[in-house]
Amino acid sequence: MTTPSAATTTTTTEASPHAHAFPRHISRARCFYWSLLREFWEHRSLYIVPGVVAGLILAGFLLGASLLREMVRAGLNVDAAHQHFNVQTVFSSAALALMGVTFIVAFFYSLSALQSDRRDRSILFWKSMPVSDVITVLSKAAIPIVFIPLITFVITVITQWILLLLTSAVLAGSGYNVASLWINFFLGHMWLMLLYHLLTVHALWYAPIFGYLLLVSAWSRRGAFLWAMVPPAAIVIVEKIAFNTHYFSDFLAYRFHAGPEGGMPPNMLFMAPMSNLTPLQFLWSTGLWDGLALTAVFLTGAVLLRRYRGVTTS
Amino acid sequence: MNCIEARGLRKSYGATVALDGVDLSIPEGRIVGLIGLNGAGKTTALDAILGLTPYQGGLRVLGLDPWTQRDLLTRDVCFIADVAVLPRWLRVSQAVDYVAGVHPRFDRGKAERFLARTVIKPHSRVGELSKGMVAQLHLALVMAIDARLLVLDEPTLGLDILYRKQFYESLLTDYFDATRTILVTTHQVEEIQNILTDVMFIHRGRIVFNRAMDDLESSCFEVEVAPQHLAAARALHPIHEREILGRRIFLFDRADRRALAALGDVHTPSLADLFVATIGNQAYAAPSQPHAQPSSAPNPDQGVAQ
Repeated sequence: MTTPSAATTTTTTEASPHAHAFPRHISRARCFYWSLLREFWEHRSLYIVPGVVAGLILAGFLLGASLLREMVRAGLNVDAAHQHFNVQTVFSSAALALMGVTFIVAFFYSLSALQSDRRDRSILFWKSMPVSDVITVLSKAAIPIVFIPLITFVITVITQWILLLLTSAVLAGSGYNVASLWINFFLGHMWLMLLYHLLTVHALWYAPIFGYLLLVSAWSRRGAFLWAMVPPAAIVIVEKIAFNTHYFSDFLAYRFHAGPEGGMPPNMLFMAPMSNLTPLQFLWSTGLWDGLALTAVFLTGAVLLRRYRGVTTS
Repeated sequence: MNCIEARGLRKSYGATVALDGVDLSIPEGRIVGLIGLNGAGKTTALDAILGLTPYQGGLRVLGLDPWTQRDLLTRDVCFIADVAVLPRWLRVSQAVDYVAGVHPRFDRGKAERFLARTVIKPHSRVGELSKGMVAQLHLALVMAIDARLLVLDEPTLGLDILYRKQFYESLLTDYFDATRTILVTTHQVEEIQNILTDVMFIHRGRIVFNRAMDDLESSCFEVEVAPQHLAAARALHPIHEREILGRRIFLFDRADRRALAALGDVHTPSLADLFVATIGNQAYAAPSQPHAQPSSAPNPDQGVAQ
């Protein structure tokens, strides 16, 4: 082929040799911005699904709260009711549920991101626009790696804020000292911990997972999910049978479960004191940088596949 | 400078040869029809020109290498590569916003004026539009881009006749001028016959016929030969002979019009008949050895197609 890498071609000069009457300058940042916007137009589930889940959490909470109020009215001890209610658990569970759901959204988004437009042939339209494959792939990678963690954070914060108001309202009606709730309950601390967790784990640590899914998405014509599962499963099985070892499954487990706060139980994730965090250790860990290097390899592969495999439907 | 210049353009998918040494030069300001059967290499040729697929051989589009310089080329080249490739979820207003956002040569006002002439509502999703309306939308977007080469691959397939007529009329009246070049492939040869300036037939990955329409009128003739002149007509090496309702119709390429006039009524053949004659000969003559074909005019000695 005439060029070894499609990625290098985007670095050619901005000035067209055939300047027409009104060639507005369009920067790569602008192309990237519109490519991102395009993703949100197409994949409304990116914000609708976590929004619906947040709604369900609030509805469930309201139901529980009205039961609680009945219990209080029925003469139950207020402290016992509070015990039962365990505000912190409710708040943590809401955050965990939202994170779990948005991880699944990110997972399936990545699997379809570079495949769906090849299936409906709309790639022929997108490729007719002056947006390079590098920008296309980067904008699609930014969704699970950058924007879904941010969306998760914003929706969680809003949900927890509403939860706090609802809790106050319910407990105020039951005679509980609401002020102590607001004083003792460090929502700000929880949000900082949540943001840290989302940025370190969901964005940086999981980046190679999404990079891999995008690569599969660029490669497979259909059944991306199965294709994504086959290679890791095959390696685990072959390794087990041939060598009776489990390095690869350990590697996968390390990627999915470890990370900066690998040892922490999930319900403690947001409650632990800030001093438990070790951001410098995380930044120096080889696991982080290996993962990011792997992400770069996967995304380069996705760009090349997008370019070479291109629009051919055969 | 030629808009498109190809020398020995080749492309194969595994053992299948899609382009088998295509040579062509398309100057600026032409409307070129590329006509061929399914699988003749039309789409592969367009993909190569649009930088969508790597290839062997020499190819320059607007002076650029379409594969290695694709990111530059996409600013000056537009294409409608099929009807209905706009994604179903896209809203009309979003399509306009997006193209305005990424395309340096897009004139938003122009696109909106084109759309105002249609019944398409800005808030509709592509999935809610009829096929004809999707084609109108796509054309409105493309015509608002000040591109130098427009490539159309079956842009009206499956549309009804009103939309098809309107499609090409808009192109001619609102878009085409001497600085632009249009390359179009279609099965509906008759409909574009009158708008083309040049025509090319592609068969088995090679250009087998390539003529300006003006030359075509002065070099290709269809003659309804009177029965007593049949032998004389055959001696003049017709490229095709057929019988319709008892009348014998002969097609001649590069023959002397005065000599033909003695045989019967002389007309300019339709592109469709010319295509059938040319490709019919090719298909009939040498299916097992496609390399033996001359790349220009078909050999008149190859006899009569079925």
